Amino acid sequence: MKELERVLRGSSDLDRAAAEAARRLTERAVTDDLVDVAYSFVDSPFGTLLVASTKKGLVTLAFHPESAEDVLADLAKRVSPRVLEAPSELDAIRRELDEYFEGRRRDFETPLDWQLVHGFSERVLRATARIPYGGVSTYRDVAARAGNPRAMRAAGNALGSNPLPILVPCHRVVRTGGAIGNYGGGTDMKKALLTLEGAIEE
Amino acid sequence: MTVRLPPFQALLDEHRVEVLRFLTALAGPQDAEDCFQETFLAALRAYPKLRDASNLRGWLLTIAHRKAMDHHRSRVKRPEPVGEIPEGAGDHVPEAEPALWDAVRALPPRQRTAIVARYVGDLSYREVASIAGGSEEAARRNAADGLATLREAWGR
Repeated sequence: MKELERVLRGSSDLDRAAAEAARRLTERAVTDDLVDVAYSFVDSPFGTLLVASTKKGLVTLAFHPESAEDVLADLAKRVSPRVLEAPSELDAIRRELDEYFEGRRRDFETPLDWQLVHGFSERVLRATARIPYGGVSTYRDVAARAGNPRAMRAAGNALGSNPLPILVPCHRVVRTGGAIGNYGGGTDMKKALLTLEGAIEE
Repeated sequence: MTVRLPPFQALLDEHRVEVLRFLTALAGPQDAEDCFQETFLAALRAYPKLRDASNLRGWLLTIAHRKAMDHHRSRVKRPEPVGEIPEGAGDHVPEAEPALWDAVRALPPRQRTAIVARYVGDLSYREVASIAGGSEEAARRNAADGLATLREAWGR
């Protein structure tokens, strides 16, 4: 009797078959339009990036892969719990990012989904999105263009919680005195991006 | 209270092996993969409207059980022509002790559900009853009857 119950409980090793079945499920889910948030990991010179998109466009780019679980939980809560890892859905942005990091691309064509930002933050980030490649702006200036030149601190907070860094180029916003200022990916990354774009000397 | 649903990918990662094992036991290695697709697609469709996230595993296995039963019924209604090579043959789910699992699938439906939900799904008798319908007591009795039949059929 004991052996019968043991065999019933411990059936065969299905890890590989289950991984393959899950891969096919993801393909079907994409075809059937059941994925509200598709995400993938992308290699970059600054480490692994997490990118996520909705049907409207790219909704999140995150620098620290160790926080991926939190980022995805947040997307599940704020956008939709139908979140699946579907790398093929992110092929276009992966290619554009590769070209950008190699210095072969100045502007991104992938549409953006702005649903995670609202109000003053959204105005700050939309103003930031218009700073051209190779240029820089200041916190004071983007605050002014968002409608309140004195709200420099609020502008800094909006840039600090930018859900779409690189694409909404918050790295192009520097301190009024010429200091480089903070960056979610680290100050070194901010310097490297501005150097890549030719906005500052090496 | 608002429900905090984890990203669907987390469910798929965490439960894909046990859902496939459960379906292999219920529907057989040939049909488990199809049932797996139907189970997770149905789950994905219903997921945003789910109001209780406290037992996602039980929820998935309940859907899986329903899909296996549907599959079984459609099989019975239109049997496959003899000699046809089933689609996807060759990459079906591997299974140890095929004789035992054939015997499991030959059990009367209520016993089969009880055995698979209890031993393969590792569910409590209360959960077995909610999947199979009927009382907890009936679920226990069906599992015990199923085990007796299997012991005889398997001979170990």
